[in-house]
Amino acid sequence: MKTTYREAVREAIREAMDRDDRVFLMDEDVGHYGGCYAVSKGLLEEFGPERIRDTPLSESGFVGAGIGAALGGMRPIVEVMTVNFSLLALDQIVNNAATLLHMSGGAFNVPVVIRMATGGGRQVAAQHSRSLDGWYAHIPGLRILTPATLEDARGMLWTALEDPDPVILFEHVLLYNMEGELADDAGPVPIDRAAVRREGSDVSLITFGIGVVKALQAAEGLAEEGISAEVLDLRTLRPLDDDAIVETVRRTHRAVVVDEGWRSGGISAEISARITEGAFYELDAPVARVCGVEVPTPYPEHLERAALPQVEDILEAARALISGKDGTL
Amino acid sequence: MSKAYPMPSLGAGMEAGTVVEWHVEPGQKVSRGDVVGVVDTEKGAIEIEIWEDAEVEAIVAAPGTKVPVGEPLLRLRTAVEEEEKEEAPAVGAEERTGGEAPPAATAEAAATAEEPAPPTEMADDEFVEEVWEEEQEASVPAEEPSRRLRASPVARKRAKELGIDLEGLQGSGQDRAITLSDVEGAAKKGGSEEAPAAAPKAAEVKEEAAEAAEVAPEADTDEDLATEAGEDRHAAMRKAIATAMARSKREIPHYYLAHTCSLEASLRWLRETNQNRSPSRRLLLAALYLKAVAGAIEEFPEFNGFWEDDAFQPADGVHPGMAISLRGGGLVAPAIHDANSRTLEELTEAIRDVVQRSRAGHLRGSEVADPTITVTSLGDRGVDTVFGVIYPPQVAIVGIGTAVERPWAEGGMVGSRRTATLTLAADHRASDGHRGALFLDRISQRLQSPEDL
Repeated sequence: MKTTYREAVREAIREAMDRDDRVFLMDEDVGHYGGCYAVSKGLLEEFGPERIRDTPLSESGFVGAGIGAALGGMRPIVEVMTVNFSLLALDQIVNNAATLLHMSGGAFNVPVVIRMATGGGRQVAAQHSRSLDGWYAHIPGLRILTPATLEDARGMLWTALEDPDPVILFEHVLLYNMEGELADDAGPVPIDRAAVRREGSDVSLITFGIGVVKALQAAEGLAEEGISAEVLDLRTLRPLDDDAIVETVRRTHRAVVVDEGWRSGGISAEISARITEGAFYELDAPVARVCGVEVPTPYPEHLERAALPQVEDILEAARALISGKDGTL
Repeated sequence: MSKAYPMPSLGAGMEAGTVVEWHVEPGQKVSRGDVVGVVDTEKGAIEIEIWEDAEVEAIVAAPGTKVPVGEPLLRLRTAVEEEEKEEAPAVGAEERTGGEAPPAATAEAAATAEEPAPPTEMADDEFVEEVWEEEQEASVPAEEPSRRLRASPVARKRAKELGIDLEGLQGSGQDRAITLSDVEGAAKKGGSEEAPAAAPKAAEVKEEAAEAAEVAPEADTDEDLATEAGEDRHAAMRKAIATAMARSKREIPHYYLAHTCSLEASLRWLRETNQNRSPSRRLLLAALYLKAVAGAIEEFPEFNGFWEDDAFQPADGVHPGMAISLRGGGLVAPAIHDANSRTLEELTEAIRDVVQRSRAGHLRGSEVADPTITVTSLGDRGVDTVFGVIYPPQVAIVGIGTAVERPWAEGGMVGSRRTATLTLAADHRASDGHRGALFLDRISQRLQSPEDL
């Protein structure tokens, strides 16, 4: 079946609504407007205003309401238009959702699922282009998912709803239009393990979200140069799949971590540290990172492009790790 | 303004070069086009030129240092913003290189050492800041005089398993670190002696124009200087050829055309012209070939340039590269610049010069990097037809077979003519056979009236 990432997410929501009547979706504009990325288009007509709920402009309010509903036995899917606006709901997410199980001595799980669009590349400037996926991955008590393929867009949501604790799904804005083939019987997928999207022997490109698409393109280019690159899609940023990270480095002995977020204190730093901790004696070169340039994401197209990791940057970083391999060439 | 003069890229696939010597010293003024030093690459020692008027501020890479393309070799002070002068009297960063700094740099280091600010560090800091974004800091500190052996963790582990001593191994990784493949390479060598280097006479290895060969009979003596470094260079050159040719055959959809033409007019004219000239002033047939190709190309610009970024980029000038085989194996194809606008005398002179320097390993960066098309002749090696392999990112190579006497029918009569087979191997992405045929025919026509060349 030919489909898009957007339709795959919509299908996942539809399936969840069908399967469990405790599930409902809420956010600003998810109903009548169809969602700011048109993900929930048509769902209001299908499921009605009780289950597809337009909310007031108050992230703190409706995320808090979602957490309350989850505590009360519902299975809410709370959309936050973009990660940028989730900063208004940080207290609800970090202080409440992530901690209540602990604070209640194990009495109350918070089975809320929060979906957010993330990332830059659409020329909407600094305040609407953030990549804070890795930031949320810092918080114990949350599970962070970054679907990068149609299968994951289709399959991660239900598994997330099954999780008794809060899960955040980050959907990169540039992925919504991605087209491809999806099996007709595609359904829920496991969310515990990273996935090797392309096998290789010379260098590992370790990434997630939009980085997977770019790394796969880079791997294609590297193959033309005789460099065999493996692409590891982390899929879950918390908890990180340490085994998969160590295994890929064990195979290739070189790693490039690709993250649209900033390097200082970012998830790329964490991944690099885990490689050093778990696979130091397998390294044949220092771990390289391709990250967003440490500036507020620029508005002009050429500057935005320069500020975000591009395929060429990955190629360059991988080449630099490899070039030593055979001496002068 | 203070700026870096980086290691230039001297051809497709070059990643690094080793500084052989400097012809300049800190404080010296240089002008655009000056040869400032010599770097050793797979293609031999190349004289590198400077591209702007400037003053040498510091030598960053001392002789013996291997420097990746794009990393700084020198620091230059350019004319603008003279007032910065006091800010960073950066002397050579000789402690970074460990190699012998030129005496002048050392002297100046001593002279400035008494100044309050630590100038060398300042220079390094600036440098680090510049490359920070590129994240290639790994290649910054080339070598400190005494530091621990640089080997990657997995290389150390493997060396231990194999019982190999890391000391004395040549590192090929970043910062010359010993890598896994260095260790495994050493293990292989130790196990099976050295494989005899069966001088690979691959079919596509082009050879020089016979006439060109005659002009540098002394070249062997230069090559006798070949020490271990020379042998390394040959191995590296073989690898460079392997990489370029494999890439060519992998990426370039070649098409091939051949056309046999009479050389009678050219050879006769050449003999008459050379009759009254002293040997040193005699024109070379190779100059005629080069001029014929260079002139024809003006009408067929789609064969003169590069295939880059999925598109043909026509070259600004006509700089045919002339394939010259080297005595010890391997070949180079340095550019004969602006061949279309030079006289046959000038071209002859240029060919002699470049052949001699190729063999002696003194090519210039611009000669190695600039060729826009290649011309190869198998000269007196006795083959009729050369099936060229394009040197990427160029898009065409013209081959000229041996001049041989053949029966030749012309105007209803059969006679004997000296002829040669011209071939064209061209990139089908950039041009089509129809134009290729016309191009080849145009070269042939031009060879029929050598007096007009």
